Amino acid sequence: MQFLERNLPKIMLAPSFVAILIFVYGFIAWTGWVSLTRSRLMPRYEIDGLIQYQRLFDSLRWDTAFGNLFLFGALFIGISMILGLVLAIFLDQNIRAEGAIRTIYLYPMALSMIVTGTAWKWILNPGLGLEAMVRSWGYEDFTFDWLVNSDMAIYTIVIAAIWQSSGFVMALFLAGLRSVDGEIIKAAQIDGIPTWRVYSAIIIPSMAPIFLSAFIVLAHLAIKSFDLVIALTGGGPGFATDLPATYMFSMAFSRGDIGQAASSAMVMMGVVFAIVVPYLYSELRAKND
Amino acid sequence: MTDTAIAYSPARSQGQIMKLVLRWLLYVLLITFALFYLAPLFVMLTTSLKTLEEIRTGDLISLPREVTFDAWRTAWSGACTGIQCEGVRPFFWNSVLIAFPAVILSTLIGAMNGYVVAQWQFKGANIFFALLLFGCFIPFQVVLLPMARMLGLMGIAGTIPGLIFVHVVYGLGFTTLFFRNYYVSIPSELVKAAKVDGAGFFRIFWSIFLPLSLPIIVVTVIWQFTQIWNDFLFGVSFSQAGTQPVTVALNNIVNSTTGVKEYNVDMAAAIIAALPTLIVYVIAGKYFVRGLTAGSVKG
Repeated sequence: MQFLERNLPKIMLAPSFVAILIFVYGFIAWTGWVSLTRSRLMPRYEIDGLIQYQRLFDSLRWDTAFGNLFLFGALFIGISMILGLVLAIFLDQNIRAEGAIRTIYLYPMALSMIVTGTAWKWILNPGLGLEAMVRSWGYEDFTFDWLVNSDMAIYTIVIAAIWQSSGFVMALFLAGLRSVDGEIIKAAQIDGIPTWRVYSAIIIPSMAPIFLSAFIVLAHLAIKSFDLVIALTGGGPGFATDLPATYMFSMAFSRGDIGQAASSAMVMMGVVFAIVVPYLYSELRAKND
Repeated sequence: MTDTAIAYSPARSQGQIMKLVLRWLLYVLLITFALFYLAPLFVMLTTSLKTLEEIRTGDLISLPREVTFDAWRTAWSGACTGIQCEGVRPFFWNSVLIAFPAVILSTLIGAMNGYVVAQWQFKGANIFFALLLFGCFIPFQVVLLPMARMLGLMGIAGTIPGLIFVHVVYGLGFTTLFFRNYYVSIPSELVKAAKVDGAGFFRIFWSIFLPLSLPIIVVTVIWQFTQIWNDFLFGVSFSQAGTQPVTVALNNIVNSTTGVKEYNVDMAAAIIAALPTLIVYVIAGKYFVRGLTAGSVKG
């Protein structure tokens, strides 16, 4: 009884611990293992080197998907951060009805990406959407067919993703702006330093950790982006808007190519690892100091 | 700043006009952005209230000439999601049946884990927490294949309990994180004093920690509900015809290629699928934002 009482905390934690070990780390190991085999429709367990990764990087479709990840990721993260910061600074100027405006900027974050994709698919469809509307205003030559144009379709994903997430970045930055020491700002204003200098030289540099957090969250969202592509373009036209997430899914569930699915998932894992591990490491280090 | 000597100089009044103009510009910009964020919702709503005829002839942002709820009726109980034509209604209830137990379970387990990690430190508790934290960030694609097999082995593949299980397991990271970060700020002297008074592990949790936890419970429940309701990846990977959540059904309606494209029905279905999380956001936006920032800023 004494033993039980003393070890109760460990006992309570044990099921979660086991669950995490199996369902996160064990599963990652399983996927890693299978990615080194010749598995097709059914998993096989004889290791056969890096053949799947070779196939992956020889595949044109993966080439597009992997390239899209960086193109989409860079634009999505960059523009969301800039837009979020600008909106946060605007809202920080003693705005009337700030609460209402903030609510409007942030609500897309509550929506499913499938809903977002559905809405933008309708707005951007050339036949009846934005293009048709502007043409009906008399600009007959107006063309906005990005959704069905394989060179431009990836940018529609960028637009919808920014629409969904930039309000969230705004909220992060606004919280950051508000946490900067008011005394320093007041002192700078009394010294007659112009507002833009106060922002660029005092406030923004002191928000470095928030930039980092925003970057991590957005990068993470970008790598996981799956629903939005499925709902908005379905990966098309052709494979023009494939991302690693959609490539993996189609290999796993429609092509029956488990080896490719596993190796592409491991590459995604690697990208996340490269971004998140240094971040978590520094966070945990900072906490222990 | 209020130097009377230069208060009436022309430069000063010019500066003031400048300020006023900038102020107006600021509001114009803020409102323009508000319109940008609202536009898709507005277009969805008006499109869902139009007839197909009007959609074909009218334009995107015009108000419906006559409001009709036919599209809503079809979306709710008649639209085709593949071979089945029962609208989103059965799938909406699937989502409810998945979300409620999964939210409750993952919140309860997260509270207990957070309590242990924050207040009952033992060797290895930090390692557990680090492992858990990293688990929050993995791309779920890396666990899809083995999970599909595991659910099969457990005999719950393609079922609602299977989906609940998946959501609980992969929700644990965030729920534990929320509670741990909240409980860590409660002074450990409180636990020590309670122990001296003879209170045990559960007694302390039940009568000291739980009563203090309302805000973090609200944050966690909202976070989990939004995540699970909006989930698509697990829903599409681990469900079958009768157990799909509403996001999967919505995608099937929108991307089904048979028959005439009924945009108004698509939009109505999208709004129905979005409504629960939107309502939560409008009612408890403050907690929603807190969850977002807590989930992302602090480890």
